[in-house]
Amino acid sequence: MAAYLDTLTARFPGAFTTSEFRGDRRVIVAADKAPAVLLGLLRCLKEECGFDFLCDVAGVDYLNYPGAADRYGVVYALTNTTTGGRVFVKAFANDPDPVLPSAVPLWQGADWLEREVYDMYGVRFDGHPDLRRILMPSEFTAYPLRKDYPLRGLGERHNFPTITRAES
Amino acid sequence: MPLEVLPQIDEAGADQEFLYTLNFGPQHPATHTTLRLILTLDGETIVKAVPDIGYLHSGFEKLGEDLDFNQYVTIVDRMNYISPFANEVSWHHAVEKLIGIELTPRCKYLRTILAELARISDHLLCVGAAALDLGALTAFLYAFNEREKVYNIMESAAGQRFHPSFTRVGGLMNDIGGDVVDQIRNFIRTFPKAHADVVRLLNRNRIFVDRTKGIGVLSKADAINTGCSGPVARASGVVRDLRKDEPYLAYPDLQGAFKVVCATGGDCYSRYLVRMEEMIESLNIIKAAVENLPAGPVNVALNDKLTIPDKTATYRSIEGLIQHFELFMWNRQWEPPVEEVYGATETANGELGFYVVSDGHGRAWRARTRPPSFIHFAVFPMLMEGHQISDVPAILGSLNIIAAELDR
Repeated sequence: MAAYLDTLTARFPGAFTTSEFRGDRRVIVAADKAPAVLLGLLRCLKEECGFDFLCDVAGVDYLNYPGAADRYGVVYALTNTTTGGRVFVKAFANDPDPVLPSAVPLWQGADWLEREVYDMYGVRFDGHPDLRRILMPSEFTAYPLRKDYPLRGLGERHNFPTITRAES
Repeated sequence: MPLEVLPQIDEAGADQEFLYTLNFGPQHPATHTTLRLILTLDGETIVKAVPDIGYLHSGFEKLGEDLDFNQYVTIVDRMNYISPFANEVSWHHAVEKLIGIELTPRCKYLRTILAELARISDHLLCVGAAALDLGALTAFLYAFNEREKVYNIMESAAGQRFHPSFTRVGGLMNDIGGDVVDQIRNFIRTFPKAHADVVRLLNRNRIFVDRTKGIGVLSKADAINTGCSGPVARASGVVRDLRKDEPYLAYPDLQGAFKVVCATGGDCYSRYLVRMEEMIESLNIIKAAVENLPAGPVNVALNDKLTIPDKTATYRSIEGLIQHFELFMWNRQWEPPVEEVYGATETANGELGFYVVSDGHGRAWRARTRPPSFIHFAVFPMLMEGHQISDVPAILGSLNIIAAELDR
């Protein structure tokens, strides 16, 4: 077992599970533990285990996914720039109010990545300095990458306000 | 007037009357694509820059959940459309990691060669357009002349110039002919001269150097903290290149053929120099790979039931016909494990990764892209503060923001 997992187990006993597939090591934090644990766990990985590079923040909707217990997963892909090692921290959140602590205090790069997850899945990030929609227009109400959002949309665009030349 | 009587500027300065707002884009020649900057200006000095993106958002990742592993390659092409082949390699790298496919040696080499050509093409556009925005038209023309040759090679290999859609799960659409190899050899022979021309036009060009040196400085600590990768990070002294750190495709064999290009300046000029040198390293990789191009099949064995059989096998053998249908019928296709993987490759702009979640079907449950342009553009406001408005094109050009990849 990798040294960083020992550190994590000592620091956060029982807070996470791990799994591995084709060399990708995952640290999984369930929805009931994530709000309390996630930020400390990421900080421990960054400051004590050398995972100083936040590579990506990916949202996943596990609605009706085989064997899934929680709905929204947010995957923090971390890299150690010295050794090149990678670890994937997957934290879950659930309806009706999916919320996770923001990683912006640790990595400035998390700012836009978390905004995109919020924009696409509606997962809020507590402590994010500027949590607005980033890719969709600000008047958009749905979260388009959720699994219950249809591919062809719900027709929101028809309700967008039209700006005429006289008003502009 | 004594100094203490003059109005003092707040740290933010947002409510100061003498500040004004300038909308830069979404349609502006220097943005090259559709992105918008809301600049708060004090005279010509930028106090604050707020990017507003999403103009080109077209739901690529939603489509990734609807199209199968082979179909989605046409969408991936359109992300960073400057070096589409590199995106294809990255996408299928992730998919093949998920399914667990070991490619044939010939396929590995061909993908490596074409991906490196795509890198050269991308860097040429970045350098050429950056110089164009700063008023140096000639370098742009030299660069585009070479890009045309790369397009010709792609056309000969895949039949399409801009969006080759050439990779397939477990191989390539088809093998390349001897004429493509000749074209690549020809490119290897002629490219150094064009590269030297651009170097002579720009490297010591007084105007170009004055407008890029010391502009948009990104420190090494900031580069790591903000998640920068590729030439942007390497120009700030981050020694990280997935081709060395996590060698994929044919790179394990070609480690001796290239070096990782780094600089310590972190400014626009350093990023320009890193890109210029990377082109030479890419050419060395192509040279070594073409000379050692293995013979043999380009796709994995037909018996693995992973690749589309060629037309002869489809029409002349029952196994080929069955497999063809198996891979095209929506209720059959591949049977990947119910797992998730992250596969990343080093593209021209940086680390392009795909986080693929699979539910055991031929379509991804989630096809998350790690877009380098998106992450680099997030750094832009930080680079911009305190600079002049004329530095906007210089910094934008040096980051090589591709809006289609930015918004997806």
